[in-house]
Amino acid sequence: MSPLLIIGAILVFGLLWIIFAYNSLITLRNRVREAWSQIDVQLKRRSSLIPNLVETVKGYAKHEKSVFESVTKARSALMGAKTLSAKAAANDALSGALKSLFAVAEAYPNLKASDNFKELQEELSDTETKVAASRQFYNTNVLDLNNSLESFPTNLIGANFGFQKEEFFKASEEDKKDIQVKF
Amino acid sequence: MATVKTAWDQVSNNTFKTWLIMFLFSVFVVGVVYILGRGWGLGESGGLGLVGMALIIAGIMNFVSYFWSDKIVLAISGAKLIDQKSNKELYRLVENLCIAAGLPSPKIYILEDSAPNAFATGRDKDHAAICFTTGILEKLNKQELEGVAGHELSHIGNRDTLLMSVVSVLVGTIALLSDWFLRAMWFGGRERDREDRNNGIFLVLALVSAILAPIVATLIQLAISRRREFLADASGVLLTRYPQGLENALLKISRDKEPLEAANRGTAHLYIINPLKGSDSVGWFANLFNTHPPIEQRIKALQEMEGKV
Repeated sequence: MSPLLIIGAILVFGLLWIIFAYNSLITLRNRVREAWSQIDVQLKRRSSLIPNLVETVKGYAKHEKSVFESVTKARSALMGAKTLSAKAAANDALSGALKSLFAVAEAYPNLKASDNFKELQEELSDTETKVAASRQFYNTNVLDLNNSLESFPTNLIGANFGFQKEEFFKASEEDKKDIQVKF
Repeated sequence: MATVKTAWDQVSNNTFKTWLIMFLFSVFVVGVVYILGRGWGLGESGGLGLVGMALIIAGIMNFVSYFWSDKIVLAISGAKLIDQKSNKELYRLVENLCIAAGLPSPKIYILEDSAPNAFATGRDKDHAAICFTTGILEKLNKQELEGVAGHELSHIGNRDTLLMSVVSVLVGTIALLSDWFLRAMWFGGRERDREDRNNGIFLVLALVSAILAPIVATLIQLAISRRREFLADASGVLLTRYPQGLENALLKISRDKEPLEAANRGTAHLYIINPLKGSDSVGWFANLFNTHPPIEQRIKALQEMEGKV
């Protein structure tokens, strides 16, 4: 076999490997994006339940205005949040506001007994589980992408084609300070 | 095993071991085919023809059970499909774990049987079904049930039906070839004319392997099945992040001595715990013939993951 042929074979093999590695990084990155949109779906689902809940509670407990306000505020903060960590923080803030809403509801036996309220409460807690689950799936995909981008030799492809590591879905401390909900 | 600690380590460890066993299995199949061929004294073309025929027959038989795996198993066991309205809690539990696993929600079935058990089946994630007995729904709490559902969904996500079907094709091929070889030897026939091509050693080797190879192949199949159980335990824990849930579930199910009526030897490997109770011997030799690893070993592996996920 001539040396030229060997060099040619190595080049072809290297090129095939580059294509393969590049494509697998693309797949991983798209999976992260898809998982991200799934979190968004669940967060929207959560926000869309809030007005209904607030109305129901209002019917029984008109005077608890401050609680309604904080929940509504937290909801619009969540809907307005753009970045990953801002969304995470706004979601945590909404959970806090909802906790105080449900604490208020404890004082109204009629409200607690109403079917509508029970169903909304159940629906909300289920949606919270779904948000957590979609976060988990997102983080799993981020882990896969980041592992590939840091491992040798895929990191060479990642660096040369401008792939970037993604951040995990968790609220940072600064974002938490930005969103203040008074109870 | 000492270094295996977190659930991620266990997932990669068991995945690696599966492929290692699969590789050795392939080498084994090629070796057996070669020895049988030499012992038979068949030329290359004739030998390849027979191997091809065995592969095709075993392939067709297994393709049916692979492609309609969900329908066949569910029809045999007599499980009933449930919808979101009739069993909201269970439906949500499975649905939420699916979101974490990135799988579409499978069809959920309930089997009227007081023995606590569960299984998953289906050729891929879009044709998957998960089935719980009424016993398991009554006897386990939510965390334990999540552990079980996580294990079953992991079987779906890890594509175990496909893997076990491929293994089954190989086992079937070995069994057919060995059977044909022994029949041919028994009835004498063509190979006598080819005496010049087979030497004595290969004839003896071929006879021995025709008798032993199907058994060995079945043992390898069972070893892969046990590996996949460990893997499903570990990937299931990555979904629930709570090893204790599955641990308690396994303990509860294994202490329950009621046998599952719908299960038989053909479907036993699908369940979370071997449903044919009373065969729980822990000796290493008895273990070789089990579809599931001993409960103690599974619990030990789960305990290693505690606090590390």
